[in-house]
Amino acid sequence: MASDQPTPGEELPPSGTAAEVRYGLHLLWENHLVMAGVIMAVGSVVLALLSNFLVNPSAAGTNPNLPRLCWNNPFVNWNIQGINNCGGAVFPLGTDYYGRDLLKMIVLAIPLDLQVALEVVASAMVIGVVFGSVAAYAGGLIDELILRVTDVFFAVPGILLAIVLMTILGRTISNLTIAVLITWWPLYVRLIRSQVLSEKEKPYVEALRAMGSSRPRILFRHIVPNSIYPLLVQGTLDIGSVILTFSTLVFLGFAPSPVIPELGNLANQGIDHIATAPWLMIFPGLTILIISLGFNLLGDGLRDIFDPRLRR
Amino acid sequence: MEIQQVAKSTPVLEVKDLRVVFNTYAGVVKALDGVELTLNRREILGLVGESGCGKSVTALAIGGLLPENAKIIGGEVLLENRDLLKETKRNLRLTRLTAISFVFQDPMTYLNPVLSIGSQITEVLTSDRKVFQKELVDYRLDELHRMEQKGDLPEALRVEKDRLKAFNQSAKLPRKELNRLAKLRALDYLRTVKLPDPERVYSMYPFELSGGMRQRAMIAMALVRRPKVLLADEITTALDVTVQAQVLKLLRELKNEIDASAILITHDLGVVAEICDRVAVMYAGNIIEVAEVNELFSNPLHPYTQGLLASVPRPDTAAKELKSIAGFVPNLIFPPSGCRFHPRCPKKFDRCPAVKPPLVEVSPGHKVSCLLYGG
Amino acid sequence: MKSNSLLEVDDVYKWFPVKAGLLSRTVGQVRAVDGVTFQVRKGETLGIVGESGCGKTTLGRTVIRLTEPTKGSIIFDGQDVTHLKRGGMKNLRHRMQIVFQDPYASLDPRQTVGSALTEPMRIHHIVNSRSEARIRAGELISRVGLNPDHLARFPHEFSGGQRQRIAVARALAVDPDFIVLDEPTSSLDVSVQAQILNLLKSLQKEFNLTFLFISHNLAVVRQVCHRIAVMYLGRIVETVETETLYTTPKHPYTQALLASVPIPDPARRKELAVLEGDVPSPVNIPPGCRFRARCAYATEKCAALSPPMGQVRPGQWIECLYDIDFERGTKSDLNRAL
Repeated sequence: MASDQPTPGEELPPSGTAAEVRYGLHLLWENHLVMAGVIMAVGSVVLALLSNFLVNPSAAGTNPNLPRLCWNNPFVNWNIQGINNCGGAVFPLGTDYYGRDLLKMIVLAIPLDLQVALEVVASAMVIGVVFGSVAAYAGGLIDELILRVTDVFFAVPGILLAIVLMTILGRTISNLTIAVLITWWPLYVRLIRSQVLSEKEKPYVEALRAMGSSRPRILFRHIVPNSIYPLLVQGTLDIGSVILTFSTLVFLGFAPSPVIPELGNLANQGIDHIATAPWLMIFPGLTILIISLGFNLLGDGLRDIFDPRLRR
Repeated sequence: MEIQQVAKSTPVLEVKDLRVVFNTYAGVVKALDGVELTLNRREILGLVGESGCGKSVTALAIGGLLPENAKIIGGEVLLENRDLLKETKRNLRLTRLTAISFVFQDPMTYLNPVLSIGSQITEVLTSDRKVFQKELVDYRLDELHRMEQKGDLPEALRVEKDRLKAFNQSAKLPRKELNRLAKLRALDYLRTVKLPDPERVYSMYPFELSGGMRQRAMIAMALVRRPKVLLADEITTALDVTVQAQVLKLLRELKNEIDASAILITHDLGVVAEICDRVAVMYAGNIIEVAEVNELFSNPLHPYTQGLLASVPRPDTAAKELKSIAGFVPNLIFPPSGCRFHPRCPKKFDRCPAVKPPLVEVSPGHKVSCLLYGG
Repeated sequence: MKSNSLLEVDDVYKWFPVKAGLLSRTVGQVRAVDGVTFQVRKGETLGIVGESGCGKTTLGRTVIRLTEPTKGSIIFDGQDVTHLKRGGMKNLRHRMQIVFQDPYASLDPRQTVGSALTEPMRIHHIVNSRSEARIRAGELISRVGLNPDHLARFPHEFSGGQRQRIAVARALAVDPDFIVLDEPTSSLDVSVQAQILNLLKSLQKEFNLTFLFISHNLAVVRQVCHRIAVMYLGRIVETVETETLYTTPKHPYTQALLASVPIPDPARRKELAVLEGDVPSPVNIPPGCRFRARCAYATEKCAALSPPMGQVRPGQWIECLYDIDFERGTKSDLNRAL
């Protein structure tokens, strides 16, 4: 045997993306809280995808004949004087201000909120990657410029900025989405920037430079893929936060119409009737809570998976 | 050339058939597979092996510092005839406090960066009042006695001596007094490790010291409790060679001054040759050879030891073809059957994969675990 | 200057500014490399030896132009590369490569081994097609002792020694003439180290490579280098053929360094001669000879002037005012006319 060779036939353990995913799932499985979060988050996504099959969208239509603000659930009862009995029809979660089945409204509302949240988070991630990585890798004047612009957006309180934008742009769902996005992207720029700053000092980057690789190639082919983990974690955590922000804006009255089934909208209707019809505020709020919590826990779980210290 | 007589009295530490496994996602790692070690009084035992052989795990198991996913599934660790593995958690902690000390490789990570050196050294002595109270008082009284024999004590010290003598041990020593005595002892040990200007070093922070000085401070911290066993894990690996020489010289001097025994874990055979009295060689979770240091280097018996010695580049011989050991360190989740070294062994024969060789004494003080020599 | 020198380094300095204060003013310089001159002949291995902080790593990175020297010149195969920018360096990049110390961090963790080997080939147009690249990658990985099946794997699945082999294969992928090896075996076990050193030696013979071998390990360096330069605090204090360095060193630092190395043989156990004190900071380099504070043979003259490089014996150059006989402890003035 030549003395510079290891033993032939050396076996390596199984590998590849499949094994990585399996290991990740294993880590998730071990943490019960995280599993609960995964179920909540995945459950809400599934519900969102199936919502139009589960509930006919026409149920959101209004009609002066519908029984308003009533509650008729055979298993649960509120202790409220003079509660409207819905004229005999059963509504598991009561009806809203316009007399529509609240449960159906919530199911119809979930896809809207999730869609906005995913759009905002995804766009923020793209903007963050582009500007943050270029800022960190180029350094100097470009870095300063991007940082200052980011700081400006950071300095203005999110909701305030969103409200101003809404007032200027007008009340549509897409404008709402843009408004939330504009307050959200600075965090991602900062996140990626700090990751890239630390990655670019690592030996493999020097090795790539020694090899003669071009700067854009090193940045986008090598550094960025290694830097996005915190971004993924932050993104998952943020889905819950975006939903909260979005519903708050709608709750404050910035929706194009109060009739659209949206979780914040529904809660808004409930504010004036909190003593007589508390379910109108409680259940939509609870839904927001469950979705946010679910994604939050999922994000925690992702962070655990990606944390190199906990691996293997 | 120094020849150390192996002490005929009972060994300070005896490890018998120690087995440790780690539960990991990938499987159960059989890290230690029946480790046998003996540490005699006032000796430095070198524990050598390559990465993954289990030398650090052995030290952690002795000191009760194994991580959560490790399990000791068999064996005994006898410290002066008391089995540490059967101790309660509380007793084990006390034992670690008073009898076993660790010194680790990188002082910068093992020292608290926001506390001064002095406070870290005295913290141990003052945190558990009951444990060290008597010792601190006695230590100081001894010191004062020695000073008295050299000449008359000044007034202040005589008063102190009387006060300490009169102190009733069942009472609680006032905190200020405890701290003062602890500080005096800490300074004494900083002097012992030859740190220049101990008073100043006492109040310095780890980052203000150089690597060599930090390592000395760690040694002082380990010795101040007067342990019976010192476990030093790769303490010179991170140091420059000139600084390493300073630390090795210090250890050699300390060996004569202090009544402690040490296990020096290292992969550097040069360090072993310089200051160890006896050497134990580990491979894949087993001790495969133990001998007095001269004997091991001049007459290595186990094929792994022979291969190891042949692959070490030496600064004192001209360039030659470096022999390497063929193959690679085995995966301890699926360790080789029988003798764990057999896949790489140039002298293996048919029984080797079937039978795990026991550690047998081939000549006085020289033990090998290899079927070539018995078993 | 020798005509068969592949690399000529002439009085190279690399300083790093120390910034402090609110406006990040430059208040000092870290003089990492402080006036280094040497040549490397084609096909030889020159060792750069020193302890931490002596500047050897910075020197290694500077000579292959990963960073630009503050002063001085670097001539590679007759061409002045000192101030070449990215464009100018492009064609030379593939001729000078580097293998880093840390095998765990020098490979992109998200890139397969195969891709790590083929990417440089494509960048430098060593091959004409993807399949050609794959074939050549397979050949390279086998040459360094691994299996072509391993090309689909990721770095983290390999051990330290295997990763270093991959790093060597990557350096070879672009057909270089010159490779800087920065502590290539320092984080490896002894037996693995032996395998890697043997591999390097055989590769050098097969491909006629020139190596700059940076290390703090005096035992390793003796096994692989033809000539050795000892560095202290940013300067080379002694340069000579390997065997002469170990049998008759002439600079007090070299001698102290050699005396501090523990020998793996208890029969040769000696009271290690201990070099007291610490290395001065490269920000605050004392005037005169920079080793005098720790030198057992220093005189007042050593404080007054910084000694230039002088040839104490044919082929042996040191930066010292004296020609010292360490056995007898005597010294005489260094005759620079030699």
